[in-house]
Amino acid sequence: MSKPEVVAIGTDAGSTTCKLVAVGQGGEVLGSRLEATQPHIELQVGELLGQLRSELGVDGPVPCVATGYGRKLVKDATRSVTEITCHARGVFRDLGHGGTLVDIGGQDSKVIRLGNNGKPVDFMMNDKCAAGTGRFLEYTSARLGVPIDELGRRALSTDREEPITSTCTVFAESEIISLLARGVALEAILRGLHRALVGRIVAMVHNVGLTPPLMLSGGVAHNEAVRALIEEATGERVLLPREPQLMGAYGAALLGTEGKSAA
Amino acid sequence: MTETTPLSHYVRSSRLDYQLRYELLGKALLRVQRWRDQRKLAGLRPREDSVLNPPLRCVAYMKEMMSRHYLEGRYANGVRKVAWVTSGAPAELLKALDFFLIYPENHAALCGVRRKAESLCEEAEHDGYSRDICSYGRTDIGAMLSGKTPAGRLPRPDLLLCCTNICQTVLYWYRVLAAHFGCPLILIDTPFLYHEAEAHQVAYVQRQLEEMVSVAEQVAGRSFSERSFMQVVDHSRRASELWLEVLNRSRHRPAPMTAFDGFIHMGPIVDMRGDPETTDYYERMLDELDERIRNGVGAIKEERYRVLWDNLPIWYKIGDFSKWLGGHGVNVVASTYTYAWGELSPMIDPSKPFESMARVYLHPILNRSTGHKLSSMQRMVDEFHLDGVILHSDRSCKPYSLGQIDQRDHLVQEMGIPALLLEADHNDPRAYAEEQSTQRLEAFIEMMEARA
Repeated sequence: MSKPEVVAIGTDAGSTTCKLVAVGQGGEVLGSRLEATQPHIELQVGELLGQLRSELGVDGPVPCVATGYGRKLVKDATRSVTEITCHARGVFRDLGHGGTLVDIGGQDSKVIRLGNNGKPVDFMMNDKCAAGTGRFLEYTSARLGVPIDELGRRALSTDREEPITSTCTVFAESEIISLLARGVALEAILRGLHRALVGRIVAMVHNVGLTPPLMLSGGVAHNEAVRALIEEATGERVLLPREPQLMGAYGAALLGTEGKSAA
Repeated sequence: MTETTPLSHYVRSSRLDYQLRYELLGKALLRVQRWRDQRKLAGLRPREDSVLNPPLRCVAYMKEMMSRHYLEGRYANGVRKVAWVTSGAPAELLKALDFFLIYPENHAALCGVRRKAESLCEEAEHDGYSRDICSYGRTDIGAMLSGKTPAGRLPRPDLLLCCTNICQTVLYWYRVLAAHFGCPLILIDTPFLYHEAEAHQVAYVQRQLEEMVSVAEQVAGRSFSERSFMQVVDHSRRASELWLEVLNRSRHRPAPMTAFDGFIHMGPIVDMRGDPETTDYYERMLDELDERIRNGVGAIKEERYRVLWDNLPIWYKIGDFSKWLGGHGVNVVASTYTYAWGELSPMIDPSKPFESMARVYLHPILNRSTGHKLSSMQRMVDEFHLDGVILHSDRSCKPYSLGQIDQRDHLVQEMGIPALLLEADHNDPRAYAEEQSTQRLEAFIEMMEARA
């Protein structure tokens, strides 16, 4: 059986991770790449693109749509589109309905209201403060010596919660240190930190206006405490696409197929 | 903080200097420069590599007028009495007494466009003024302290006129100026309007206008003539009417000018309303816009989306925004800001100069409720056939920015159009983040595309 043909490739050169997704004629995912963003995005994307092309046997030119903060640096891109449109497109394709999409990325977070046709109707972004982004969790993880993928589980492992009054990532650090010095349990601090992050996100959700269902994309969607606390704060169940972190690249790839009867 | 000190950069000119350098040489040189600019502009053809059509030809006259204004200012001290006034001040009264007027806000905008504002703001900050103060205020205070200005030299004020219809910052700013220059300060207090002005509110402002006459007469050294006042008010009315017509020409598709053109061409209506040349200028501009409309020429080559701008411009980004947005097929065809100097023209009645001036200066958009601004924006969306709204959330201008979050939500929900809150500052580039702003603008355009 011959390999399915790659119709388009999406590249999401984010501030923290770099993602690539290749899709076929029907918009199905044929291959992907994900790794931490390196300083020379242009070279990194070129290399990942080469790997993906050879893995999937792509010889000829294929539309390549770039998104993410480094989208202008992707020299092979045939088009560049913002993450708002790409995440909206990817998630709509995967979950099949409109609603409110929260994308928590490495250095920014967005709330996007999707119409019933999957197109973004309104959005709000937080990028002036790291406390509402994945960076907040990374920082905490490094400071407390807890691996990033354990943060959520540890935060949910207790009912006790230490309120973190500071909403700034940098100042939160001094607060954590003083709490630890007072002998407060690590899990209670973690729960409080997740609460602080979620508080910022939920404020944005209410600002844009919560139209159910509530959907989550971006790398932070993997964190179970973020999901649980968002559900608790909004009273809405959070829906996840299959690969939340790849949704930007997936949406970009789907946009690349436009005019080729897919998506 | 600032002390009253002799300021070496504020010099007194002799009448001879004024006559020679301004009346004789200066005016002639600026006229020659205008001819050269006119020739150049007349020869411009649409360029392949530009997303914009060539600029309006009348800009040569505007440049001449504004340069002449600042040149006269350079030699005005000692020859004409000088008043510094806020942008929404009842300047007509002072015009009638032949004051030469300086608008510090316009001067600050000039510094912004020439990208000199940041260093001037720093001059003020080094003197102890907080970075949270309006960047117009900091720019002008910085210029006042250092004597640095792209206008060459500003004349020292003999009188200050401050009207609180635009913000409360001007009150404190002008007190600083008064302490610094040691000259009288006239304050016109305009009560905030939640609805149309009540009779007692108009009477309250009218009485202040009547009372300021004696102070102004004393400084001017001449008597006030109601007849001259009525004449100035009449010129003001005509100029405001024309300015409104100019702005309303952008209801046509494609719009013959952009709001960015409006920001530049508003110089005369702000600085020189009440002068007959201002009326002449806007008549000329209107003719040229009508010519563009007849020929189907738009300000940008491909107008796909029509957008409203709310709040002050981002002065240091005007050129970049105009080209970048034009390149994406976006024409910012209207702005609430430029409209502020035209929309009140029907209130101006030269036969009742005091009363109508009181009414006019009570009603600027910034002295009215946030709900009023929302309904003005909604009306503009309809009348100008707009596809979206950019609300510049201006860190410096709190009264203009207050309420924008709710206004934006109403526009999105009730009118079903994309509306973007763009965080920046009108004069301080340190409060502007290029990448984040571009990201938001691109997403905003993609939303308009998705609706199309």
